Amino acid sequence: MAQATSQSVPSITPESTTRLMTPSRRFPGLPLFILVFLLVLPGIFAPFLAPHDPIRGSLRARLKPPAWVQGGSLTHPLGTDKVGRDILSRIIYGARISLAVSLVAIVVSGVIGITLGLIAGYFGGKLDALIMRLVDISLGLPVILLALVFVAVIGPSFGTVIIVTAVLLWARYARQVRGETLSIRERDFIARARVAGASHFRIMFRYIFPNVINSLTVLATLQIGAIILLESALSFLGAGIPRPTPTWGAMIADGRELIVVAWWIAMFPGLAIMLTVLSLNLLGDWLRDYLDPKLRNV
Amino acid sequence: MQRYIMIRILQALLALWVTSLIVFSLARITGNPMDAMLPMEADAEEYARMEKHWGLDKPLHTQYLVFIKNAVRGDFGKSWKWQGYTAMGLVLERLPATLELGGAALAISVVLALPIGVLSAVMKDTPIDSVGKIIALLGQSLPSFWLGIVLMWIFAVMLGWLPTSGRGGLERLILPAISLGWFQVAVIMRLVRSSMLDVLDSEFVKLTRIKGLSEWKVVWKHCLRNAALVPLTYFAINAGVLITGSVVIESVFAWPGTGLLAVDAVRARDFQVVQAVVIVFSAVFLCANLVVDILYAYLDPRIRYQ
Repeated sequence: MAQATSQSVPSITPESTTRLMTPSRRFPGLPLFILVFLLVLPGIFAPFLAPHDPIRGSLRARLKPPAWVQGGSLTHPLGTDKVGRDILSRIIYGARISLAVSLVAIVVSGVIGITLGLIAGYFGGKLDALIMRLVDISLGLPVILLALVFVAVIGPSFGTVIIVTAVLLWARYARQVRGETLSIRERDFIARARVAGASHFRIMFRYIFPNVINSLTVLATLQIGAIILLESALSFLGAGIPRPTPTWGAMIADGRELIVVAWWIAMFPGLAIMLTVLSLNLLGDWLRDYLDPKLRNV
Repeated sequence: MQRYIMIRILQALLALWVTSLIVFSLARITGNPMDAMLPMEADAEEYARMEKHWGLDKPLHTQYLVFIKNAVRGDFGKSWKWQGYTAMGLVLERLPATLELGGAALAISVVLALPIGVLSAVMKDTPIDSVGKIIALLGQSLPSFWLGIVLMWIFAVMLGWLPTSGRGGLERLILPAISLGWFQVAVIMRLVRSSMLDVLDSEFVKLTRIKGLSEWKVVWKHCLRNAALVPLTYFAINAGVLITGSVVIESVFAWPGTGLLAVDAVRARDFQVVQAVVIVFSAVFLCANLVVDILYAYLDPRIRYQ
């Protein structure tokens, strides 16, 4: 009963809405390009790419506009903020946080979700019912509010952000993996493995898991976008990675106060978030069509 | 059907209980909440007095029972930050502002999404449809708080048409409502479009055309009425999502609602108020989900017999 409802009632969540209306089968070259040059490369090579120190600004260069606006110069291509920190350098370093948070959070929530999903689907029975009830509850929690509470209690830090996202986002993996495990479990090669004496653990991770990797890849791609949005919202509210570490969300918060005099402070980090998430969504859509057309409703 | 509704209600109550448990334990497991409340130089005697005052000297399970007993009656204690107010009183005082904002956002999203969705479906694979697709894609990729700031910059700072923040009057409501409703536009639009496409394909639409009705009447009267059922059931969920989303948007526009209260309370480590906000928001959120589940089962008998 509960499982039926949790599957048949569509959920309004970012990833259920990410599918384009008509699946485009064109290779997502531009999105991939954007991801590499906006997220991956800056994230890894920030110290080599950033023209200035992201944390210490120069007070003589406060509130400089971008290069193409009157008063701007190429020293600070995207301008500076109220303490003279270079916006471009901060965006480059901010990519590092977005990249690190999303990768670690994906892995942590993935490991929890996949393990519980495999257990639920493979063993079934009471264990399955218990885990799926946890999934239902977890999907019904108001994420951002609980995240705020977590942060208020534990204090803002990288670890807190990871814990918050992992605790709140594991359920989607569990549901996905469980659903697929249920059908894979009945296939012949599983029965054969069992006869051959494979342990439960081995069957789950060596025989079933490889068969759910495709759909997990799609889910993870879409989830990274959701995590980047969540992390930036937390940082914006001052509940993410603590200052002065540059994060895209906190930069937008800085810009919010100064929107009347310096629009560029909030504009560029926001564009970075938007382009990154947009690209991830397009990539996820394409992956879904490419890996398995049956996965339309992930 | 009754059995189904009962199970859903029980599940919602269970979720609410888990939420309360999370909130309660979070506030206690991480050390003494007094640390956050009392000044650094407070001595042991002062600690003891405050602990007695807040009931923190009793064992944990007793504390929890007291917490639950009071919570059921809507009593979450007094605010630490806002002297002289109860936590629940503060939440209820701010709730109308949040509901006003959420309602406006919902209205805007429906008004925008319905026509765009219908037009996208009717004119499938035309430039209008492409515009619809772009709106949908942007809707799910834009951080709402950033959209709010950009709108503020364009319409309040550059054009000077609208005020930047605060509450009062229609002109202060427009920008936050659009920022909050934008994501919903994308969701509702997609739903309207896909269910319109299904309906446009059906037999009875061919019949209405054969009968010689005008295309306008076919689309906007006969098709939309049937296609609107599915998106309608989503409105309740949307209502829940909007309330949560308001946490961010209210901070952007300094909108004095419950979301802003939550953020302020978290910053001040005012746990009584945080608890009250989380429980009230969760209750609203779960109620909305419950309504949707029941509506769904009512509209689609397959669900309740599964």
